[in-house]
Amino acid sequence: MTPAAKSSMRKRFFGHGIPYTDATGLEGALITIEGTDGVGRSTQVASLKQWLEVQGYGVIETGWTRSELMSETILAAKAGHSLNRLTFSLMYATDFADRLEKIVIPALRSGFVVLADRYVFTAFARSVVRGADPQWIRNVFGFALVPDMTLYLQIDADALLPRILQSRKIDFWEAGMDMHLGTDLYESARKYQWRLIREYNRMARQYGFISVDATLPADEIQARIRSKVSALLEERRLQTLTDNIESLRPLLFEETAPAVARDVARDVAREAETAKTDRDAAEPRPEREPTGDLPIVDPDKTRSTAPSDS
Amino acid sequence: MATRKRKSSRQRGRLIVVEGIDGSGKSTQIQLLRKWLEARGVKVVFTEWNSSALVREATKRGKKKNLLTPTTFSLLHATDFADRLTYDIIPYLKAGISVLADRYVYTAFARDIARGVDPRWVRDLYAFATKPDAAFYFKVPIDVAVKRILGARAKIKFYEAGMDLGMSNDPVEAFRLFQGRVLDEYDQLSGEYGFKVIDGTRSIDAQQRQVRDIVRRLYDGAAAA
Repeated sequence: MTPAAKSSMRKRFFGHGIPYTDATGLEGALITIEGTDGVGRSTQVASLKQWLEVQGYGVIETGWTRSELMSETILAAKAGHSLNRLTFSLMYATDFADRLEKIVIPALRSGFVVLADRYVFTAFARSVVRGADPQWIRNVFGFALVPDMTLYLQIDADALLPRILQSRKIDFWEAGMDMHLGTDLYESARKYQWRLIREYNRMARQYGFISVDATLPADEIQARIRSKVSALLEERRLQTLTDNIESLRPLLFEETAPAVARDVARDVAREAETAKTDRDAAEPRPEREPTGDLPIVDPDKTRSTAPSDS
Repeated sequence: MATRKRKSSRQRGRLIVVEGIDGSGKSTQIQLLRKWLEARGVKVVFTEWNSSALVREATKRGKKKNLLTPTTFSLLHATDFADRLTYDIIPYLKAGISVLADRYVYTAFARDIARGVDPRWVRDLYAFATKPDAAFYFKVPIDVAVKRILGARAKIKFYEAGMDLGMSNDPVEAFRLFQGRVLDEYDQLSGEYGFKVIDGTRSIDAQQRQVRDIVRRLYDGAAAA
């Protein structure tokens, strides 16, 4: 649980924000999954989405470089190898902004759970290992919303590379070949991934990521993720109920209030009381598997692990 | 070492930029400046706002399909600028070739702030930009700009009029409102960044004489001019 989510459900921006956008009323939860290339993020996101939907949550998924505005341009630029550190960072920022304003914010406003496969931290890590000023890239992304939770799939470079190679080739960019660390693909990838991961680990402490050991079996990772996400959503539900009670409280005691309003207020108060009792009962075992009634199924068991993302 | 350093600083090209709203006459002035510099044997290249191939497709599509928000509009232009800075500006300056830029980062500051992005954010965004040796600002009242644009091409472009902001459905009125805001931003920037302000309502040759006087001083003591 991030301190921000605990104290208030109100969303914050990392920096100066988007002055023309109202950040209030973003009721949904923004959950991001970070981790380096080939670490298994996509598999986990798909599985988490499936599970949340079974529970009745509306889920919107968004991923790196998938914006309507920029995805083609980024692919073409990467193929042409004409990108440098600055344009690389700025194209990602443009793609990110397009998805934030067109997908993430509207979805949060409608109360969806938004799952973001990679978030600003990927841009920070990639820019900084390429020599950008860490403060500059953070300023650029000052328009981004601070997520309610960041899950971090943690691995070290020596465990990562054999794992990627078991399912596919290492590509030019995830080997950091643009950084000219050497002509040997494997050695370049090792050095590059080692630097990236060091940057992620540093941010894990700075931004309070929830780290999950990515070398565990996929279903074990998923169980840990579900437990954390479940706790977050429960906390938010309680917070909403508490807020509702506060706003409805006058009606409970107001004789002139319409009967129907008094009923609504009474129902909300009852639900909040039940939820609170449930949670208090569960308090000694916060790590329990929260579903109870559902086995963990991975909808993508048949797919090869961790498709490369651009 | 000391000798080499002096030599390289003498050979570095000058970066000269012109700013102003559409219809201020800055493009005419920079072309005249270019002619003069070339005639004097100064090596110069010219670069224009929003002209790199890297994001051309995305910008075109974004504009055509009206996908752009003030933030993505700003970031696309920053990407374009970063690409041109890398390939079209810095190498030339290092090679001792002067660069004339029709619009520079101040255009982004003025327009993007007028569109509603945070003023500090957009300044931080462009923190990587090289500082120009001279920034000319061609200042004209909004009515003069409108008259010139309508006289020359009889059509005002959608984004130049800030019509994405929905301030007015009438292009001329929208242009007046939006460029009026841009004008206010330029006035703010003028002091902050030490613009050389040129009265854009004076005759073309009078303005050009003023510009050349200032530019001549940039080359004083240098071998090139």
